[in-house]
Amino acid sequence: MDQQQIRNFSIIAHIDHGKSTLADRILQLTDTVSAREMRDQVLDTMDLERERGITIKAQAVRVKWRGHELNLIDTPGHVDFTYEVSRSLQACEGALLVVDAAQGIEAQTLANAYLAIENDLEIVPVVNKIDLPQADPDGAAAEVADLIGEDADRVLRISAKTGDGVAAVLDAIVERIGAPEGDLDAPPRALIFDSSYDQYRGVVAFVRVVDGAFRPRQALRAMALGTRFEAQEIGFMSPAMRPVPELQAGEVGYVITGLKDVSELRVGDTLTSDRSPAAAPLPGYKEVKPMVFAGLFPTDSDDYPELRDALERLKLNDAALFYEPETSQALGFGFRCGFLGLLHMEIVRERLEREFDLDLIVTAPNVAYRVRMINDPDWREVHTPSDLPDGVEEVEEPFIKASIIVPKEYVGTIMELNNDRRGRFDHMEYLSPERVHLVYELPLGEIVLDYYDQLKSRTRGYASFDYDFAGFRPGSLVRVDVLVGGEPVDALSLILHREFAYERGKALVERLREEIPRQMFDVPIQAAIGARVIARETVKARRKDVLAKCYGGDITRKRKLLEKQKAGKKRMKQVGAVEVPQEAFLAVLNLNDGPRRS
Amino acid sequence: MTYTTAGVRHLYVHLPFCSSRCGYCDFVTVVGRREDHARYVAALLAELELERAVLAPRLESVYLGGGTPTFTDPGALDGLLAGLPDAEELTVEANPETVTPGVAGALRRAGVDRVSLGAQTFQPRLLRTLERVALPDDVRRAFYTLRDAGFDNISLDLVYGIPGQEPADLARDLAEALALGPEHVSAYELEAKPGTRFTHAHGAELAVEAEAMEGYFETVVDTLTASGYRWYETANFCRRPERAGGRDLRARHNLGYWLGHDYAGLGVGAVGTVAGRRARNTPSLRRYLEALDRGERPPRQIEALPPAVLGAERLLLGLRLDEPVRLDDVRGAVDDAELERLVRAGLVSDRGGSISLTRRGRFLGGGVTARLLAPTMSG
Repeated sequence: MDQQQIRNFSIIAHIDHGKSTLADRILQLTDTVSAREMRDQVLDTMDLERERGITIKAQAVRVKWRGHELNLIDTPGHVDFTYEVSRSLQACEGALLVVDAAQGIEAQTLANAYLAIENDLEIVPVVNKIDLPQADPDGAAAEVADLIGEDADRVLRISAKTGDGVAAVLDAIVERIGAPEGDLDAPPRALIFDSSYDQYRGVVAFVRVVDGAFRPRQALRAMALGTRFEAQEIGFMSPAMRPVPELQAGEVGYVITGLKDVSELRVGDTLTSDRSPAAAPLPGYKEVKPMVFAGLFPTDSDDYPELRDALERLKLNDAALFYEPETSQALGFGFRCGFLGLLHMEIVRERLEREFDLDLIVTAPNVAYRVRMINDPDWREVHTPSDLPDGVEEVEEPFIKASIIVPKEYVGTIMELNNDRRGRFDHMEYLSPERVHLVYELPLGEIVLDYYDQLKSRTRGYASFDYDFAGFRPGSLVRVDVLVGGEPVDALSLILHREFAYERGKALVERLREEIPRQMFDVPIQAAIGARVIARETVKARRKDVLAKCYGGDITRKRKLLEKQKAGKKRMKQVGAVEVPQEAFLAVLNLNDGPRRS
Repeated sequence: MTYTTAGVRHLYVHLPFCSSRCGYCDFVTVVGRREDHARYVAALLAELELERAVLAPRLESVYLGGGTPTFTDPGALDGLLAGLPDAEELTVEANPETVTPGVAGALRRAGVDRVSLGAQTFQPRLLRTLERVALPDDVRRAFYTLRDAGFDNISLDLVYGIPGQEPADLARDLAEALALGPEHVSAYELEAKPGTRFTHAHGAELAVEAEAMEGYFETVVDTLTASGYRWYETANFCRRPERAGGRDLRARHNLGYWLGHDYAGLGVGAVGTVAGRRARNTPSLRRYLEALDRGERPPRQIEALPPAVLGAERLLLGLRLDEPVRLDDVRGAVDDAELERLVRAGLVSDRGGSISLTRRGRFLGGGVTARLLAPTMSG
């Protein structure tokens, strides 16, 4: 196909603003999928995505429209997956920016629109859901036009649900978005913007061909990693896989590599011919680093090998997932896992429990810290609070630049929340007379526990939130250890800002006192910084624990009660002589329900 | 442990009839049905004949429990008592409102030498909560009626932890009970047993009050032991021999359970444990009667008790007593590491070859026993 007839585009939208519905409608209108085949949200293949209404893995689908070949490169719609959005955008020349006519611009819309502008994409603004009774198409169109500096008349107004206006969207893609401008005669170069793993065919790379052409059985090379392989099959998705004899400059498709190890092919790398390679790779992506960490432990320690296998298999399709073995004296053998953010963590946990039928304990999430020891110029990363050594010279924590959009009446409560979370005000602007865009710098560590819930509950769900990593900053941080019955419990250690250490240490021991059942002796619970105890509570000993009566007719029942009691103890974690229920390890998650203002 | 198939020395006989059903009760009971009493007693005696082979020639104890045995038609009850084998101790449970001079005299003449009287509490409003028929005066009157008939071994049942019960109520109950001078007192914490009407009505309230009532057990033990009673089993107290003319007033029948002796059970829902086999008769009165009318054993639920389970039971029962359990008798049932920990925690005393609970250990007997049981048991 002549490059002039090709258009490559993404759809960017806030969650629930109708991206998947629009994609479905496009597939239908272009006869890519027959009405009979049509399932809602064809592009979201994983059950979990379907259930949560979000798209996790990007895919590309080719459709035909009035003599043109349109490649829709799907993007994920959530804050944790910004990096996936950015790599999808690099494979395109344009993007549809979809905004809900009733909701207007959200934080996500802003973040993604800026990403698209940074990537020099032609933005086609679309206001969706104009059929809704509460829709305000004019207001939403004005906000979008203002954001991207377009005329409000150029904003398309559609209902993806009814199909109204969708043909005009396809026409606008053809008219407004530029054709690819690759060099057909140059050595082949293709950007890998996504990959997946097929257990029979190995790693599948999703590529945007920039220059030259790729053919099956061609010897290929991934330029950054140097991995060599033979293309087993080349094709495009429509939406099923369709093999072709050639993918040319400007086209989007897939390459089946036959590689059995996902680590041999990295998203962002450039594919080229092994025999006549290109001189330089395409600009890649910056490597994503996990910022949120949590321990994953099997509830039943016998399930450790199953958990290890499950993580290995998940990793095949989720390059962003990081894990390493971890041993906790309280929780036994498990893994310290790194995630892009909280949603990513939640999705991984759900997939482990659902797809692999595992019963897990997830410890409270924490962020990555950078530490430097006294008399040591080198920095190293700490992923577990209990690993923060004594005698550090400097500790740095990750900060984010947070973008929050709220109706103006909630500005005060958001500022209060952000101040409580050590936020630094950057600036604010009015998007419309009613809606305000607030920009703050916040420590990521203040976000990972319950910030999002707080944000939503304090604004009755009206706030939208997005963030970008803003770098590591020095902080006055201390490790707070928790001792139960005099024994330190590694899984409960926290890294806190010195200013909050007392208050939160106190809240934590109070919470633990509620979570730890009374035992046969007093159990002191202490929070300590080094050797200094900053808070203490006591779980008072039980005074009575007997089975009232026991005669000939109820011996069996009483015996079974004791067996049950014994089995219940097995499910608790033994810390010294104290039995600690698994829920107690999550006590830190709810700290802010307690003594803090809310 | 040795099994002797011709030597069972304890016999339990169940009389399910009651005038009304108390909300907290989870025993097999039948309200009214006076027309069935004679037929039921005939069935009991028929079942006794079927079991005769396992019984020792002379029994140590016979225990008539219920239900309300003294609610049974007097003629039928006489017939039953006449037909039962002789025993060194013959106990009958009684509810205060059923104890008349006639009934008391008849029991005495039939050889009953011990009566267990269900007093529960002396507070009228708490008796109403328990849905008991008797009033406090009925309890006192019944007690003296038994004394007048010549009974010198009377046990009072008390219940504590009743919804709405204040510490002062419990103190008054204990004082009232002590004023009667019973030979034996059983004091039970009220259990909210799943499925009972009572749990449905009061379960949530009990859960809320549980912590406030934690000290009640201590009050019971302290008060009774200070008044010359021996705390010989978790929930049972008897006058010390020096205050009882040298008599050992422990309930011999129940002691049989706690020492792991074999026992036979007759009647609807009755349980017997003989030679490592536990049999529970059908709880259905109709099916019980029909089987015995045909001269057959009633339908039974059988539970095999392998040596490990018997050892565990021996441990959990034995530790309820104030006398040590010989480790030889519970070999394999004890988790040695836990034993060491519990000894260190001052909850168990290990005298080399035998163990018992310390005073504090007895208050925590359930939890201590659960810990002490070897893990193989829960498999």
